[in-house]
Amino acid sequence: MSDATTTNLTLAYYPGCSQTGTAAEYDRSSRACCAALGVGLVDVPDWSCCGSTPAHTVDHHLAGALAARNLIQAELTGHDRVATPCPSCLAALRTASHHLAEDSHPNGAAQNNASPGDADPNSRTRPSFRSQVERLLDRPAPLRSVAVSVLQVLVEDVGVEAIAAAVKHPLTGLRVAPYYGCIMNRPPGLMAFDDPENPTALDRVLTACGATVVDFPFKTECCGAAFAMPRLDIMQRLSARLLDMAASCGADAIAVACPLCQMNLDLRRGQVNAFSLGQGGIGHAMPVPYFTQLLGLALGLPESGLGLDKLVLDLRPALAAAAERTAEAQKLSAQAAQAQKSAKANGKNGTGHGPKPGCKENTPCA
Amino acid sequence: MRIGVMVCHCGNNIAATVDCEAVAAAAREFPDVVFATDHMYACSDPGQGTIEKTIRELKLDGVVVASCSPRMHEVTFRRAVERAGLNRYMFEMANIREHVAWISLDRKRNTEKAIDLVRMAVEKLRYDRPLTAKSFEVQKRVLIIGAGVAGIQAALDCAEGGLDVVLVERKASIGGVMSKLDKTFPTIDCSVCVLGPKMVDVGQHPRITLHTLSEVEELSGYVGNFEVTIRKKTPYVDWVKCTGCGACLEKCPSRKVPDSHNEGISTTTAITIPFPQAIPKRAAIDPTVCLHFTKGTCGVCKKVCPADAIDYDLKDEVVTEKVGAVIAATGLDLFDHRKCGEYGGGRYPDVITSLQYERMLSASGPTNGHIQRPSDGAEPKTVVFISCVGSRDRSVDRPYCSNFCCMYTAKQAILTRDHIPDSRAYVFYMDIRATGKGYEEFVRRAQEEYEVQYIRGRVAQIYPLYPLAGPEGNQLVVRGADTLLGVQVEIKADLVVLAVGAESAHGAPALAEKLRISYDAYGFFLESHPKLRPVETNTVGVFLAGACQAPKDIPASVAQASAAAGKVLALLSKDKLESDPQIAQVQAMRCIGCGKCERTCPFGAIRMRELRDGAKRAEVVETVCQGCGICSVTCPVRAIQLAHFTDSQLLAEVNALCRTWTETTGS
Repeated sequence: MSDATTTNLTLAYYPGCSQTGTAAEYDRSSRACCAALGVGLVDVPDWSCCGSTPAHTVDHHLAGALAARNLIQAELTGHDRVATPCPSCLAALRTASHHLAEDSHPNGAAQNNASPGDADPNSRTRPSFRSQVERLLDRPAPLRSVAVSVLQVLVEDVGVEAIAAAVKHPLTGLRVAPYYGCIMNRPPGLMAFDDPENPTALDRVLTACGATVVDFPFKTECCGAAFAMPRLDIMQRLSARLLDMAASCGADAIAVACPLCQMNLDLRRGQVNAFSLGQGGIGHAMPVPYFTQLLGLALGLPESGLGLDKLVLDLRPALAAAAERTAEAQKLSAQAAQAQKSAKANGKNGTGHGPKPGCKENTPCA
Repeated sequence: MRIGVMVCHCGNNIAATVDCEAVAAAAREFPDVVFATDHMYACSDPGQGTIEKTIRELKLDGVVVASCSPRMHEVTFRRAVERAGLNRYMFEMANIREHVAWISLDRKRNTEKAIDLVRMAVEKLRYDRPLTAKSFEVQKRVLIIGAGVAGIQAALDCAEGGLDVVLVERKASIGGVMSKLDKTFPTIDCSVCVLGPKMVDVGQHPRITLHTLSEVEELSGYVGNFEVTIRKKTPYVDWVKCTGCGACLEKCPSRKVPDSHNEGISTTTAITIPFPQAIPKRAAIDPTVCLHFTKGTCGVCKKVCPADAIDYDLKDEVVTEKVGAVIAATGLDLFDHRKCGEYGGGRYPDVITSLQYERMLSASGPTNGHIQRPSDGAEPKTVVFISCVGSRDRSVDRPYCSNFCCMYTAKQAILTRDHIPDSRAYVFYMDIRATGKGYEEFVRRAQEEYEVQYIRGRVAQIYPLYPLAGPEGNQLVVRGADTLLGVQVEIKADLVVLAVGAESAHGAPALAEKLRISYDAYGFFLESHPKLRPVETNTVGVFLAGACQAPKDIPASVAQASAAAGKVLALLSKDKLESDPQIAQVQAMRCIGCGKCERTCPFGAIRMRELRDGAKRAEVVETVCQGCGICSVTCPVRAIQLAHFTDSQLLAEVNALCRTWTETTGS
């Protein structure tokens, strides 16, 4: 399926660790969608940890060096842009690029030697971020390559119109809550993508797929993230809010773009539902697919290539229900159209005096 | 030539980092200097006395004072030398405070630089010649741009003072933002009842010429003799015939036009009178929505008009007026809250702006003073106010405080509790800035007497309890922080009012450029000095009033308007003004008539005069020339010299500087 269409759009691809384990279906569906839409992806050779949470909570220089190593590896592919599906990897890679670019003294030593007699130890003698990172890497750190999310590539490089044109099986009738997670667009200065308070990229992609996107107010709310490990109760409370809101918006499914969000809402659903029920709330059975899986379905890609079987909560009943609803609605509207037609015909046949059977009163059910 | 030099200590301002005595001692060695001394305060009475006494006793021909910036005290010292019998232009100032003492702590090098600057001043003075000012007639009329409360006040004050006033307003009626307000803080006066009489006065005053639906296209000339071009947009109604009866409004079929006077919360007609108290109370057609102009149909208003005033063929009119001074009073616009996604970005109908709420509170507003939710018309029981929307927020490039939002929010919260006694009002705030007379007490009343809940913290998000949430389904959840308690708060609100901040009026920078005045990064006009010249601009004869200079409430706008009127009255109280003699002069012998100077002059102050033999020579219009010197450097044959800044004077300064440079590096 990789040679469906060929364009000049080829990027380096950094999967990230989640995409080799809990989010293997995100990796698989991202690759499949990109291939179908003519986006070439070249794997970063010998990639390693991006320096996300475990590293940056302990040592920022170590986290920076880990991210920088992957950016250097990415340059080996011959492409300056690295696409990654995972927002956490994206944040780690972009943060490192940002700090390295800001610290524009290419040789930290120049700063150190500027005033050797300076008495103040804090002022100029502390080694720069860049020099620390370069010491860990044993080589100059790169500035050239930048990381972008797969979502951004699809919206900005491929374009929503091109996606809409490539859709073969529109997801008509499927009501989807678009859930971006907290860091896809934030902090705005660093991510430089979409509106940080009310992003719409995912809305537009899903609309292009033919789905009905509900106005989901908690698009960028926190799911509890890695708190699921030290403080399960926090994750349970926050994820339960998200599910309640999605349900009250009438969503059939929540489309996500982050492996950690997906894990909390899908794999840990039993824990979240248990919490909700304990609080007098209700449990939810709503599936939580990756947006690339929905996109893949709309593009007509085979289910096996999208990893639908990897989801804990099965997506297929929601799809079937949506299809049934759509068929029902179509039947109703056809009937209404028929009724209207006959009403008009009656009106014509009539002689014209007396109160007309106003067609307007019949139309609202259409 | 006999020159005297005085070096000022300016208390410690200069003396702390410059050895003033050494500067005076060095000056005694300069050519033509017969006297040099230092003084604690040269600008003080004893300091000026010493200058005058020395000029008389030593028969000096010129004086150099080394002290502060000429912008500060040049006028003071020129008057002093004039009192002692010298021409005021036989005086030079060396700025050793702003240019030396305040910028470096190195006493030795400061002293050297001060000596250099004094030497340059002395050398220039040796080439100075007496200059005399010419006087010219002034137009005793003033142009006021913008007819909000500031423009109205300035117009009335100027007219009462005996000046003819040309008042230009962009909208169809005068009144500005104040005419949209329901009540004013801290006295809860009816806004339009206070403003109304002043509006009527403007309409009836024999000295005030009112141009509404008009904009300034161009301003030329100079203080005392400006010429302004005003475009009067046509209302497609003959305002001489129109009586303001309103028959056309009742019959107009386009009724879905958002009403700008009501901030878009109601609709109006394509032909409209903005509000009942409008001055002038005349109908005007909006051609962008009128069916006659958009579709070529209709024509109802023309048929029903009893005065036969409608004329679709009327064209814009361009008028010119001659005035002696200008007051800019263009006011403010409001921040567009759609930039703030966290408050819904304009998606939720029940999240409205403070001015929309004000129209709702107003008895003459679209809801007759009843508070109604835009979504369903229900009376809200919980109203949440959010302050600082588009103020003090760098993320939307609005770092400044909008000055009056704290107060109108308190007022609106009080009015809410007043209109709906069983309601609850909440205010999210960052700080309460209630610095005016009676303001703090007013906010206290809101909190204590009216039990408005003030919550210190920002709102993170507004979202609807929507759509399957049961009976409370139409409410909005306002989620924020209470930073005093250190907790998150969530309030279920029926209506959210955003206290949107102030922005400069749209088009303000373009107008500033027409008036040749400066404006800041946000479009607010710059005053000449933030403390001591708050109504003047850097263009002589152009003054500021109201919120065009910075966000201001009504009392501050009115005060500044009266101040500007006072400045204009003082300026135009003289029959003639003196022109600055530091202007360009053409040496006709050298001029080759190439016309380059005419093309480069930014003020149109040079014209080409034809001699009897047909040759052309440049000629300076003395009252128009601003003395900028551009023509002087443009002239290929050095035929234009700027008086008091001639080539020989400037070269004398340069030579003095270079000589000291070679001396110091050579030694």
